[in-house]
Amino acid sequence: MAEVTLRQVTKTYDDTPAVRGIDLQILDKEFVVLVGPSGCGKSTTLRMIAGLEDITGGEILVGGAVINDVPPKDRDIAMVFQNYALYPHMTVYENMSFGLRLKKVAKDEIRVRVENAARILDISALLERKPKQLSGGQRQRVAMGRAIVRNPKVFLFDEPLSNLDAKLRVQMRIEIKRVHQKVRTTTIYVTHDQVEAMTLADRVVVMNDGLIEQVGAPNDLYHAPKTKFVAGFIGSPAMNFAPCKLEEMAGGLQVRLNEDIAFPVPQGRAGRYRPHLHRSDLLFGLRPEHILERRSQPEPNLHAFDVTLEVTEPMGMETLVYFRVNGTEVCGRVNPNAGAKAGAPMRLVADLNNMHLIDDASGKVL
Amino acid sequence: MTAAAQRSATVLRAARPASMRRDRRRALFWSYVFLIIFVIFFLTPPIYMLITSLKTSAEISAATNPWWVFAPTLQNYIELLTSPVYLTFFRNSAVVSVLVVVISMLVSIPAAFSLSRMRFWGSTTLATGVFLTYLIPDTLLFIPLFKIFAFLHDLTGIEFINHWWVLIIIYPTLTIPFCTWIMIGYFSSIPKELDEAALMDGAGYMQTLIMIFIPVALPGIIAATIFAFTVSWAQFLYPLAFTTSADQLVLPVGIVTTLIKGDVFNWGQIMTGALLGAAPPLVIYAFLMDYYIAGLTAGATKG
Repeated sequence: MAEVTLRQVTKTYDDTPAVRGIDLQILDKEFVVLVGPSGCGKSTTLRMIAGLEDITGGEILVGGAVINDVPPKDRDIAMVFQNYALYPHMTVYENMSFGLRLKKVAKDEIRVRVENAARILDISALLERKPKQLSGGQRQRVAMGRAIVRNPKVFLFDEPLSNLDAKLRVQMRIEIKRVHQKVRTTTIYVTHDQVEAMTLADRVVVMNDGLIEQVGAPNDLYHAPKTKFVAGFIGSPAMNFAPCKLEEMAGGLQVRLNEDIAFPVPQGRAGRYRPHLHRSDLLFGLRPEHILERRSQPEPNLHAFDVTLEVTEPMGMETLVYFRVNGTEVCGRVNPNAGAKAGAPMRLVADLNNMHLIDDASGKVL
Repeated sequence: MTAAAQRSATVLRAARPASMRRDRRRALFWSYVFLIIFVIFFLTPPIYMLITSLKTSAEISAATNPWWVFAPTLQNYIELLTSPVYLTFFRNSAVVSVLVVVISMLVSIPAAFSLSRMRFWGSTTLATGVFLTYLIPDTLLFIPLFKIFAFLHDLTGIEFINHWWVLIIIYPTLTIPFCTWIMIGYFSSIPKELDEAALMDGAGYMQTLIMIFIPVALPGIIAATIFAFTVSWAQFLYPLAFTTSADQLVLPVGIVTTLIKGDVFNWGQIMTGALLGAAPPLVIYAFLMDYYIAGLTAGATKG
């Protein structure tokens, strides 16, 4: 049980910066997910916390103590690897007890701890098996068990689910969450899958190009992204971006996408957007789930517009519709009964309560 | 598509499995032809040795059919196995080979581990250097080695030449580079996460090596062991150059130098001695063959 603090942490491989100055405060018992595209530095950050990579600059503190020069075995941190990394010549029991045996913990104590962890993970029946006799999901559980029995200060997970098939991944995701609720150990979890990040995390850390883009609760990242990168990375299908202009209109502001389509800006945002009037490098951002079929009753800040659909993708509970605005492909999510047909015109509404205006030059959400 | 084309298409489809079967049969036929040729080629000398070893000297010199024993006898075996000098050769060979295997493993396993896992300054150059030393022919090295031992004798007064134990110093220079190289390859095929997991579990380098790497790399280690044993057991040139007294000789040299008395070739005993000398490696191969092949092909494919 411990806090983890990163202070201006950097990592350089032969002049190539991988992590370029990260500040992060992770609270005791918190579940934090580092998420980002491959090469964003999230795994490197995790490995620096584990002690598997040297720290080029800055400080990492665990439980208040700087651990930069503490060897991994003395950091009291457990890690679960992407390919499980079980010792192939040992049984599940031996795998899970390896760390404790090295620490010369008493045999009875080891047995109690391993059996307890096995019960939490539902692998009590597998303790005498070798890893190659286990399925992918079972191996993943053993790898987690190996971490749990040590009762460490911090758990690290390095993309633990990416080797599993889609169905098992969802199961194990729930399993990991359940385990964390039981053992309440500070957890840092790395993934490139934003769904995993959103569902597991108390707080999500979005990384890009060696820097932290934004830290926040999953819902905050979804509703109030601070940068274009976060806006585009969180949510699936991704947020639509279209070049736009901010114009004055009777009684307020409006965002003009092209000659035909212009949306009035909700009153609450007008003040915030006013300084950016007449700029030419603005982007209009709206998630697919906020582009809907036409409503029978007009609602405030829902504004109708007409498009010709290019492609439709029926998903069962909804239908994704794709169309173009000034050459940019835009996606919307409509009711499957709304009669969306490829090639046909359709009247859609934009939910402007959830619109974003982005400064394209700096990538900041305004 | 015309009817004719359709017909020919169905004919082609039906014909393909049959032609594959025919191809397979032809491939098998030629495999067997060549295998049989090789078996005959390689088994003829040992069989000739076995036949000759069962003959008396009189029968050998009588120039009867060389492929048949008319009066089989175990006389050669009895004489050799009761002769103190032959048993000395055998003991020398066994002690030298076992010790060389032990020394080679004690050096090359840690060497391979550090060269494949600890990235230190010059480690890749060193690994290549280890392999390059193996490429130098043994026959080029025995004269310089002889000179070095002579020099050391002048320096320290210790006599290295004409002692069987000098071979324990010499052979590892031949076996360690190759064993290290085999094991660098084997260790490199072990996923990096495995030692990282051990590191996180609190294992030091030594514990990772002994508790994780050696058990996981056992096939590779056995392959290296067999290699080291075979090299030191079968070595001829070095013992010939470095040892001369009868009680210091190892088996291959001993057979040739003591069983040929002047111009009298005791063929029966030479064949028996060689056959008995070939037995230990044969037994080891027979038991560890599967491991040996697994070790030599490791890293070629994953898993």
